[in-house]
Amino acid sequence: MATYDGLFDALGLRAWCDKGADSGPMSMADLLAKTKGDGAATVSAWDTPFPSLDALHDACMAIPQSRDLTQGLESGFLGIRDALRWVIDPITQPLSWMLEDMLWLMTQSPWWIVMPVLFAITWLVSRSWKIVGFVALMLGLLAFVDHYHEAMQTLAIIFVCAFVCVLLGVPIGIAMSRNDKLQRFVIPILDMLQTLPPFVYLIPLIFLFSVTEPKLYGIAIILYAIVPVVRLTDLGIRLVDKDVIEAADAFGMTNRQKLFGVQIPLALPNIMAGVNQTIMMSLAMVVIASLVSAPGLGVLVLRGIRNLELGVGLVAGFGIVVLAIALDRVTKASLARIDASQASR
Amino acid sequence: MSNNDTATMTEARDESLPEDDARRPVKVSIRNLYKIFGEDPERALEKVKAGMGKPELLESENHVLGLSDINVDIRDGEITVIMGLSGSGKSTLIRHLNRLIEPTAGEILFKGDDILGWGQGQLRELRRKNMSMVFQKFALLPHRTVTENAAMALATRGISRSEYEDEATKWLDRVGLGGYGDQYPHQLSGGMQQRVGIARALASNSDIMLMDEAFSALDPLIRTDMQDLLLELQGELHKTVVFITHDLDEALKLADHLVILKDGSVVQQGEPQHILLKPNDPYIEDFVADINRARVLRTRSVMDKGVPKGEGSGDYAGDVDQNDNLESVIARAEGAMDKRYRVMKDGKPVGTLKMTEIMKALVPRKVEG
Repeated sequence: MATYDGLFDALGLRAWCDKGADSGPMSMADLLAKTKGDGAATVSAWDTPFPSLDALHDACMAIPQSRDLTQGLESGFLGIRDALRWVIDPITQPLSWMLEDMLWLMTQSPWWIVMPVLFAITWLVSRSWKIVGFVALMLGLLAFVDHYHEAMQTLAIIFVCAFVCVLLGVPIGIAMSRNDKLQRFVIPILDMLQTLPPFVYLIPLIFLFSVTEPKLYGIAIILYAIVPVVRLTDLGIRLVDKDVIEAADAFGMTNRQKLFGVQIPLALPNIMAGVNQTIMMSLAMVVIASLVSAPGLGVLVLRGIRNLELGVGLVAGFGIVVLAIALDRVTKASLARIDASQASR
Repeated sequence: MSNNDTATMTEARDESLPEDDARRPVKVSIRNLYKIFGEDPERALEKVKAGMGKPELLESENHVLGLSDINVDIRDGEITVIMGLSGSGKSTLIRHLNRLIEPTAGEILFKGDDILGWGQGQLRELRRKNMSMVFQKFALLPHRTVTENAAMALATRGISRSEYEDEATKWLDRVGLGGYGDQYPHQLSGGMQQRVGIARALASNSDIMLMDEAFSALDPLIRTDMQDLLLELQGELHKTVVFITHDLDEALKLADHLVILKDGSVVQQGEPQHILLKPNDPYIEDFVADINRARVLRTRSVMDKGVPKGEGSGDYAGDVDQNDNLESVIARAEGAMDKRYRVMKDGKPVGTLKMTEIMKALVPRKVEG
């Protein structure tokens, strides 16, 4: 006897209800109720349950239980998994290769080649010896406490993922800035990607790919980190001075000339701010991705948690902070350099 | 604006001033142009054509009447000034000439061809080669150097840097910015930035220059300099200039043909002298009331035409040119009311000017009724 029996009786649906009265697996609550033996006890008005799926199921067997929803979702996903794999696998395979090759390149090359190359890149984008010195100090510190190998793995993953984010994110942002409909469509997706707890990204990916494939964590990082660069590219192009755009039109620029000659250069400070954020977010995600076999400093943090090795976890954690600061300073310095050439804005 | 500047400049301009009887050919012609902003401009257009005014249209239809039945002829080699207060539709009007704004109805004839029927490619050619524009807020590209900005039109046409550099430098020198070519716009003052804007328009070598409140953002002394620069360049190049302003002094100083807009309609257009002497609307009367008429009016607008035969030049206190302003004549007469002058054009007498006529012309005339 359940609370909503009366409702189905009144609607004349009793026959339909009982038709579905096969017995699915019993829930724990049902079992408990059975052991108590007084299922017919009337429920006081105070304790009336919300007419949820489970409560209605008690009264009418034809109505599914809530656990059927999660189960249905799972079996549905498993049903389309093969088709999905068939499509996504080849598309994302280059990501696996990129990650594998980059990891190989950065960890197998001797440190006395990798580190100078990193310093040279730092100099190229920041043009500041101070920043180069700072990066040298930070990397030197990590290498000195024997975290060089892990730090290089983490950096390799971030380089690849941030590169892919920019490669995909900037064109998406540009397309959004030129098309209001697309913007209305993409913004909710971006909102969702940004608010979804980072762990949740991993769940469907684990079903899709094997845990040994680098693209598993690569995709998770890219999905999480691509949001800011898309948003800020869109915003940056929309914020370009209307007067300047009008001047470009008035002098007969084509759309292409306007995009590459005016809009992108003027949106560059915003785009670079997006790239900076994207790099920071991929660094945050690379730690979580160590749960699904992403190598690097995150693995050590995870070991610290799993085995309660406080020291290991803390040192690796500080290593991540050091990397974050170094990456942030370098990208900020290049941002400042771009800003300086357009100080009027 | 200082008094002396205006006086000297009105004189400098006169060489290029067309004669009343021999107007230059029409270059661009605006015919029955309407622009209505709103969701359904076509329906609103019918109401407007049936006689609905701007406030009623906004009230009952929620549409804004931008321009209403505009007819203006822009003549080759003249400065056509479109004047009106903010909201009168003047900036909207100038943007119709190169179709930055699409009209609701009407025609814009360029060399006899309606540009409203043109496709994107043709329109782009028009903007690249025939019409250049100068903007109120300069609208320079902040990430490009002054030279690159000046050569914007040329670069847009696909001309390489080595080829356009000389041309851009020439025009930068001409507007007084020689040596600034490698700077960025933000390193220049407002007046200098607008000089770059003018150099950019000139370097495109277009025959029509659209100037949208080009000097309004500049402070008064710089503005006078820029007006003088424009008149000087105009005396040399004889471009067809369409100039937008809300400043009557500026309009009177620059205009060969003055169009006064109010609430999207033309209230009066014609030669500035004529508008000043015979305003046909209380609105314009208010406008011209504060003007120093002695400086704007010329002797030819006030004189009695024809020279009485048989009289020697003895009666005249002297000869004045037909384009001298009244201020200079009063100064010459030292305030004496009984004198009269012979008005000369190209060395020949064309009229007589009594000092009493001058005094009458200095008092604003009221419209009857």
